[in-house]
Amino acid sequence: MGESETPGKLALVAWSDDLDKAWPVLILATTGVAAGMDVSIFFTFWGLRLLQRNDKRMTGKNWMQKMLSIFNRGGADNLKLHKLNFAGMGPWMMHKLAKEHGVASPQELLELAREAGVRLVPCQMTMDLMGISREDMIDGIEQPAGAMSAILEMQEAKATLFI
Amino acid sequence: MAETSTHVAKVLDARRLSCPLPVLKLAKTMKEMEVGAVLEMHATDPGSRPDVEAWCRSTGNELVAQSENEGVFVFQIRRSK
Repeated sequence: MGESETPGKLALVAWSDDLDKAWPVLILATTGVAAGMDVSIFFTFWGLRLLQRNDKRMTGKNWMQKMLSIFNRGGADNLKLHKLNFAGMGPWMMHKLAKEHGVASPQELLELAREAGVRLVPCQMTMDLMGISREDMIDGIEQPAGAMSAILEMQEAKATLFI
Repeated sequence: MAETSTHVAKVLDARRLSCPLPVLKLAKTMKEMEVGAVLEMHATDPGSRPDVEAWCRSTGNELVAQSENEGVFVFQIRRSK
């Protein structure tokens, strides 16, 4: 085997809370740390819902934000498929298939990522826009940050992905 | 790769697990190994073949041997540092 290259940094942006987009984000993040990379995920727009607690049914401070949370409750256990959602049948089948094939769920991967030191950064602007407070989100995440912090992560990274 | 009598310090069972779990388990287990020790990993995910190779290249650990036996992929990896 040849000399190893420096693992470097991996900067991911999680923009979507679709099950079929969030899943690969978490697969890449956990695999990146497993390869010794310094991994960060910036959660913005719908992606921020991934950091929301599963047991937090309602978020938002005004009626519009509350409406948003009715249609989109958030939490890594409650993600919907971008295609073939079929009112929840699709995700149910995906989770069942995943279990049968030994694939870790987004929730499990999120926990693994956090344990392994992936930096989970919530977007402050999205928090304000959707009325999601720090208490609505899981423990062990970074301080909320903005676009410039995300840009800096990307500047320093060897690989960046916006998913 | 020729079969050699490498001393295996630990065996990791990653059978019936799919991407990315075999690599995650490999990375975690490797951390607990002594430098120079060899880990033997068993996996059934065909994707683990290129992925274990890639992980070794990325991290600088040495893939000493790999083989397949009735659908089980066997890897021997030495911790390099």
